[in-house]
Order: sequence, then structure tokens, then C-alpha cells
Amino acid sequence: MIVFEEVVKRYPGGYTALAGVSFEIRHGELAVLSGHSGAGKSTLLKLIAAIERPTSGTVRISGQDVSRLRPRAIPYLRRNLGLVLQESRLLYDRSVVDNVMLPLVITGHPPRDAARRVAAALERVGLAGRDREMPAGLSGGEQQRVAIARAIVNRPSILIADEPTAHLDSAYANEIASLFKSFNAAGVTVLVSTHDDRLFAEHKPRRLVLGKGLLVGAVA
Amino acid sequence: MMNWLYLHVRAFALAVGRLASQPLGTLLSALVVGIALSLPAAGYLLLDNAASLARGVSGTPEISLFMTQDASAADIAAIEKRLRAEAELAGFRHVPKDEALRQLERSGLGDVLGGLTSNPLPDAFIAMPLGDDPAIYDALHARIKAWPGVAHVQLDSAWVKRLHALLGLGQSAVLLLAGLLGFALVIVTFNTIRLQILTQRHEIDVSRLLGATDRFIRRPFYWFGILQGLLGGVVALATVWATVHALAPPVASLAATYGAVFTLTGPGLRESAAILGFAAFLGWLGSAISVRRHLAERLS
Repeated sequence: MIVFEEVVKRYPGGYTALAGVSFEIRHGELAVLSGHSGAGKSTLLKLIAAIERPTSGTVRISGQDVSRLRPRAIPYLRRNLGLVLQESRLLYDRSVVDNVMLPLVITGHPPRDAARRVAAALERVGLAGRDREMPAGLSGGEQQRVAIARAIVNRPSILIADEPTAHLDSAYANEIASLFKSFNAAGVTVLVSTHDDRLFAEHKPRRLVLGKGLLVGAVA
Repeated sequence: MMNWLYLHVRAFALAVGRLASQPLGTLLSALVVGIALSLPAAGYLLLDNAASLARGVSGTPEISLFMTQDASAADIAAIEKRLRAEAELAGFRHVPKDEALRQLERSGLGDVLGGLTSNPLPDAFIAMPLGDDPAIYDALHARIKAWPGVAHVQLDSAWVKRLHALLGLGQSAVLLLAGLLGFALVIVTFNTIRLQILTQRHEIDVSRLLGATDRFIRRPFYWFGILQGLLGGVVALATVWATVHALAPPVASLAATYGAVFTLTGPGLRESAAILGFAAFLGWLGSAISVRRHLAERLS
């Protein structure tokens, strides 16, 4: 499902974020990517979403070689990924429902079907009935839940999250971790990066540990 | 197809929302576009009206065809047949030599003519050409002159040539003005869209991450440019109508002093559609150039 083969990512200026990383995450797995700040976690996730391109090596998503994807094909790859970034990246001048509906608007879903899917996604993340509120009026944890609802509303087969609990206290962080576990239980492949090793521990995920751009540990 | 239509309707609604969210900015842009467009539009209409007025004042040009003195009835009938076959003539009339003499006598030259033993005047034809193209007149003149039995052909087209030259000059000036102001309008839209892209950059970035294509991101900006151009076109039409309304009475008075009945007319349905279409096209062009340039910058 997600395959990295000797992936190197070197930024202009010479900084090497990934120095030859290889791993495979199978369909339906829950994987946690950990490592210290600057270990290359965000770069690795960006390579999966084709936000960055590898300097060398191959990144394959569901059999598709992302490293050689034409720019025009990238949007269609992203539509099959659920993406949750460190900052929630919400549109603060739009209501919760408008934020969550955006991926469906992009794919041109009929409004009635889109409204039904948004309601289901908000219910899934525990924000049912909050759809008319503005993001600025929500707590950090709730904003992250909106971002997660937006990521799953398109029913992606892969969910990728870059430190989704970075700015949350432990209670909120555990709630978010449980949400990801529930998505995984429903058959979604989940890859979450975190600097907190204790998070997800009770869900027994597969662990990938990055250090200085190299995979220094992998626990099945 | 339905999906494509839905995405366009959504982009259109988004553009309307963006215009409505900044009423003052929208009004000012529409005024800038409208006033700039109204200058060449009004120029074109005034030119069109001036051409009609000049035609009314000067009358239709005529070609006078004089037969030889010894032209027989058969020669005259042959010329009449040739004139009838001419496609570029609106009509003609025959002036027999006797009638021409009577007209001359009535004009006060009876005493002079009384001393003559025979009628010195030839049979003549007065022909009215179609249209007002001097080139057609010249071609007709050359053709008729070569016909057998024709002694002299007189073409009164100097004023038509002058009028055409003046109208041509006016048309060139209007075209130049329209080109320059159109370019200015493209720049105005270009800059408005640039600011829109800067304002919407967060939404653009988020949409890209969620799988938005370039077309999806560009559409609302295209519609914004088209709508801004259309609003400007409406302002231009209103300005032209107001100008025509204000100038109609003094122009009618001026025409009356030349013995002509003339009413200044505003843009018809075709001209109105052309002004709106041109305005919308300029808006689209400005937005297309701006979107292409600034979205590419954001991508890089």
C-alpha cells in the first residue's frame, strides 16, 4: 500500500532530510512514525502526499509511483488520501460545515450527498450539532477534530497525520489517538507521526523510528 | 457534464460572493472599467450618428450621363437597358433633351436660348448609385464612360470621398482609443485578481492539499474577471445612454439649421451586446493572465 525504496530527500542548500529510507506499510495497518524533531518525519509524510518529490528512490502508493507522477495527476492522488497536518489548516472565515465540505466540493459531489457525508464525519469526530460554528470559536482539540473530519469525509483508503496532537494536552491527545484507531478498525490504513512514544501504545501499532534521516527502528 | 456544470455554478456563486463582500471596491472597479469603456463606445456611436447626419445633409450622390448630340432613340434605349442591368445602381431617370431645354428656360435663360435655331442640349440620364463607397462610384463612372453613345459622365463624389476620409480617420481614432483603454482595463483586472489571489492564498494552499486541480482554483477568478468586466460594461452602457440623452436636443437643433431632420440614437441591441461582450472578454483576459502568472508563482 505504502512502499518506500531507498528514498533520499535532499533540500536545496544541501540539507538531507531522508538519507535512504525503505519500508512498506500494508493495507489496513496502523503505523506510528516517531523520532526527534528534524528526524525527517514531516518530509516523509510530504513525500507520500506528493507535496515534496524525492531526490532519489521510489515512493509507491497503492502501486502508483508517486515520485514520477505528472503534476496534473497529483490532485487525484491527494483525493484518495486523508491528510491531517500539524497545524489544523482550517479556513477561519468559513463555518465548520464549509470546512469539512471542501474536499467534497473539490470533487464535485452533489450537495445533498455532500451534506449527508459531512454530518456523518462530524458525528464520527464528536462534533455533531456544531456544524454552523466558526473554527475560531472552537478549542485546539476541536479544531483538530474538524481537520480530521475534513480528512475522512472523502472516505480515503489512507489517512496520514503529521503530529496531530502536537499542541494538545494529554486528554485531547488520547481522544484523537482513539479516533485514528477507530478509523483503522474500519479498514483505513493509518500513518501517524508523533514525538510522543506513549501515544497509541495501547493500540499496539507498527512503529517506525526515524533518526537523522534514516530508519533506525521498525517494530511490527 | 453535470459535475462540470455544478463546479462552474459553484465558482460563479463564489465570484458573486467575493464581489458582494467588497461593495465599495466592486463599485469603484466597475466605474473605472465603465468610464474607460464608455469613451470608445460613445465615440463609435457619435461617429455612426455623424455619418447618418452627413448623408442626410448632403443628399445622395448622383452620376450624370450625357449622350452624344446625334444619339438616336435606339442608342438611348440601349443605354436605358444597360442602366437597368447595373446591380450597383439604386435607380435612374431619363432626362430627354426637350425637357432639359424647358428646365433651362424656366431657370431664367429663356432669352439666351431664344436665339438658337436648334436644341443644343443632349439627352441625359441621372443615376443614383447604391451605398456610399467612393470606390463603387469610381468603378461605375469608368464603366459608363466606355458605353457607346455616351459623350460625358459627371460624378459628384468629392464630398463622399471627404466624408469617407473623415469617417475613416474617426474610426481609426476610436479603434486606437479602444485598444489603449482595453489594455488599461486588462491591467486593472490583472491587478484586482492579483490582490484576490493574495487574499485567498491560504484557501488556495489548503484546496491544493485536499486535491483541487488548477482548473478548480482558477475558475472563480475567471468568473470574477468576467463579472467585473460585465459590471463595467453596464456602467459604460448607462454612461453612453446618458450622453446620448443629453446631446440629442442640441444635435437635433443643429441638424434643423441645415434643413435636416435628425435624431441622435443610442446603442441598439447589437451594439449593447457588443459592448457587454467586449467588457466581459477584457475582464476574462485580465484574470486569465493574472491567474496564470500568480498561481504559477504560488506553485513554484
